[in-house]
Amino acid sequence: MVSVRGRAARHSFGGDDHIYVELDEEMNLSANFKVMAITSTIGDRGIDGVIDICPANASYQVRFDPDAIEPRQLLAELESIEAEVGDGTGFDLQTTVVEVPVLYNDPWTRETLMRFRSHHQNPDGTDLEYAARINGFDSVEGFVAAHSGSPWFTSMVGFVAGLPFLFQMVPRERQLEVPKYLTPRTDTPRQTIGHGGCFGCVYSVRGAGGYQMFGITPAPIYDPTQTHPDFEDFLVFFKPGYIAKFEPIDRDGYDELTAQVEAREFRFKQAPVEFSLGGFLADPDGYNRGLMEALDGS
Amino acid sequence: MGVSVLKPGLATTVQDTGRPGYYNVGIPPSGSLDQYSSLAANMLVGNGDDAAVLECTYMGPELRFDQPATVAVAGADLPPLLNGEPRPTWESFAVGAGDVLSFGFLRSGARAYLAVSGGFDVPVALGSRSTYALGALGGHRGRALAAGDELPIGPAGGAAPRRAVPEALRRNHPKHREIRVMMGLYDHRLTDSARRAFLETEWRLTAVADRTGFRYRGAELEFRDRDAPFGAGSDPSNIVDAPYPIGSIQIPGGVEPIVLHRDAVSGGGYVMVGTVISADMDDVGQSAPNITTRFTEVDLDGALRARHERAARLDALREAVG
Repeated sequence: MVSVRGRAARHSFGGDDHIYVELDEEMNLSANFKVMAITSTIGDRGIDGVIDICPANASYQVRFDPDAIEPRQLLAELESIEAEVGDGTGFDLQTTVVEVPVLYNDPWTRETLMRFRSHHQNPDGTDLEYAARINGFDSVEGFVAAHSGSPWFTSMVGFVAGLPFLFQMVPRERQLEVPKYLTPRTDTPRQTIGHGGCFGCVYSVRGAGGYQMFGITPAPIYDPTQTHPDFEDFLVFFKPGYIAKFEPIDRDGYDELTAQVEAREFRFKQAPVEFSLGGFLADPDGYNRGLMEALDGS
Repeated sequence: MGVSVLKPGLATTVQDTGRPGYYNVGIPPSGSLDQYSSLAANMLVGNGDDAAVLECTYMGPELRFDQPATVAVAGADLPPLLNGEPRPTWESFAVGAGDVLSFGFLRSGARAYLAVSGGFDVPVALGSRSTYALGALGGHRGRALAAGDELPIGPAGGAAPRRAVPEALRRNHPKHREIRVMMGLYDHRLTDSARRAFLETEWRLTAVADRTGFRYRGAELEFRDRDAPFGAGSDPSNIVDAPYPIGSIQIPGGVEPIVLHRDAVSGGGYVMVGTVISADMDDVGQSAPNITTRFTEVDLDGALRARHERAARLDALREAVG
């Protein structure tokens, strides 16, 4: 059972053109769900002068044009929306559950992690071996089973274009936690499955990174050329609130899906779902089974 | 027809007023880091504000014009050369088909803006021609220019008369800058003496200064001890990953403050202690390594006054040139 937490929001101006709101200092699904409820309400309001509304893990930010709306007036509007939304339990999120195929312990992240061993807490093993050990698993297989056994909630999209931060939908005592690299890498393969602190992620582009690397997905999640079928409408696949389920695949499966991607034929297995925080908190495992049934019925 | 890139310069990208509205999925606004100079260059050649220009960083490109055009260079003092002959900055001048435009050595500032009548007509991506290189989006093929690239020029609204920005409306680039900030966000996590030191230190810009962020050196700042909240990470400069305002100042590990600019990473797990006010972001964009900077605190009303002063200056520029 996960409890609903309550805490007063903390507001701060970020210069004259941003308002930053921290709903909780710590990460928890209740705070994130409240973020989703508040930011989607702000969006629906269509407030003049609002430029960007950025939901994040336990905070959100609004970028605005102070020539179009007086900052203190916008702040008052945000506070009134927050009061209306309350703890967010009355809000049902229309979202998508999606299966992400993963080749764990793949040759590309393995090659990369070996190059950056001096940046790591455990220079004599792989990131997966380290993560398995410090999370109390006897084997990498056991860790992968836990990593791919429950869905993950997209609590934020960002850092770079289209990168989802993923929060595992299990009670806190079952959440996997791994520190980030001691110092960041200068390279991470595109579509690496990463993990830092309590967050999973999928690296949308190649580049710097500090999260542990567990595997790779053949599926693009960011397509600035918009030539892949799932990207006809928009160049970013993951949206805040999307629910992801990792599906382990082997090398043959990876090669087969990569061929589909290259032929511009790959589509994510996905299904529309309605997510209710109250329903989830009452019975996380039962609720997750329902989500997986929706995905398998798609 | 258009412009052929003979030499690309150090980091030359197509930019415009930017790509607002997609920060929620990690796509930053991008656009010219010094918007004032970029707009001035456009006004000088008779373009609208949203025409795309080239942002030339530290070292200019060498370009061959395949058609006649009016051009102007504003921003950093990066002297243009037309077929090897000096041409002024902050003034428009004509180029003919076959002419080669190059640049001398940077004298001050960091980024020069080259506008061409008709604008650089690369494809519009999400409402903007600005280059966001990390996401391979916008600009010329989503990246900085390379030798051999060909850039199309849009239709010009007729030959613009020769124009110049009056001396008083040109930007200058001192070796020391005062950058105004609104403290806040997580500044309460600094110790009292570290917060004072942040505002009193004369910071020096390091070589790590690009469109994503500007990293300064000058003091080590201490954070208050705390019990790490779940998900935040163990270092006292860590927070649960959160959005980063454009212009926000983070201090990973208490060393080397970083001011994020228009290609910012949209979020992350480092404490931010304040934000550069919108009126001073152009000045950050014109900061070159080794210049010294003091961050001076203003409140919201001070920031809004500065914003109105900048807008009035742009109005004066429009009056004089546009």
